[in-house]
Amino acid sequence: MGSGEDGLFFLTGKDFANAGTASSKLKAVLERMGIPQDIIRKTAIAAFEAEMNVVIYAVAGMMKYRITDTEVTVTIQDMGQGIPNIELAMTEGYSTAPDHIRAMGFGSGMGLPNIKKNTDSLSVNSIVGEGTTLEFVIRIRDEQ
Amino acid sequence: MSSEEGKMELQEIINSLSLEVKTPELDLHREVTGGYVSDLLSDVIANSQKNNIWVTLQIHLNIIAVASLKELAGIILVNNRNPDADTLKKANAENIPVMTSTLPTFELVGRLYALGLRCR
Repeated sequence: MGSGEDGLFFLTGKDFANAGTASSKLKAVLERMGIPQDIIRKTAIAAFEAEMNVVIYAVAGMMKYRITDTEVTVTIQDMGQGIPNIELAMTEGYSTAPDHIRAMGFGSGMGLPNIKKNTDSLSVNSIVGEGTTLEFVIRIRDEQ
Repeated sequence: MSSEEGKMELQEIINSLSLEVKTPELDLHREVTGGYVSDLLSDVIANSQKNNIWVTLQIHLNIIAVASLKELAGIILVNNRNPDADTLKKANAENIPVMTSTLPTFELVGRLYALGLRCR
């Protein structure tokens, strides 16, 4: 069995021109490694939502990934405003996005719920005024 | 209509609905398996399928990132909305065809449905 692969991408707040680039690169890594299509699909959805959250709400951040034979783990850490109430933020439809962000079709309150739906585990840790760390795992197959 | 039910070539759709192609340098002979309609990007990320045609009124460049990530067949902008210049630049770079229609969403989607396309 292979030993897996890891890496990281830097994310820049308000850089809408490059938003989605890290998720696309992660998707390309998974494709190159021959990871099953449904795992790639779920990882891409979750990574994109997390990346957009950094672009919309934070100053800067990074996306780290680790891919093994059994799972894909993605950690997105940002320096940003933080989330005062994580439970509320996980509620479908709840959003604190300003109007100009909503007008772009973001901030519909589906981001974190989308991440949760497409992952096998999700942890969100946040300190208001400092930033947020989000980590999710998608299992490729159950360990024998 | 192509031989397989509910699938069409993008060029056929463009011809049938008199769409204006904003990315003429891209190959438009690609398969469209169905369609999706939404202006909320999270909705499209979550629910569109590979090779779908996407109908939206959003014209900013992040629609290309969404379409590229989901491997969509193309984007149709409704109500004759004109895409931003950087949207088209990114569309060409990411190989995502962008078309515009003079029709409002309701009319356009009705015609896509009549052509045999479904949400799948």
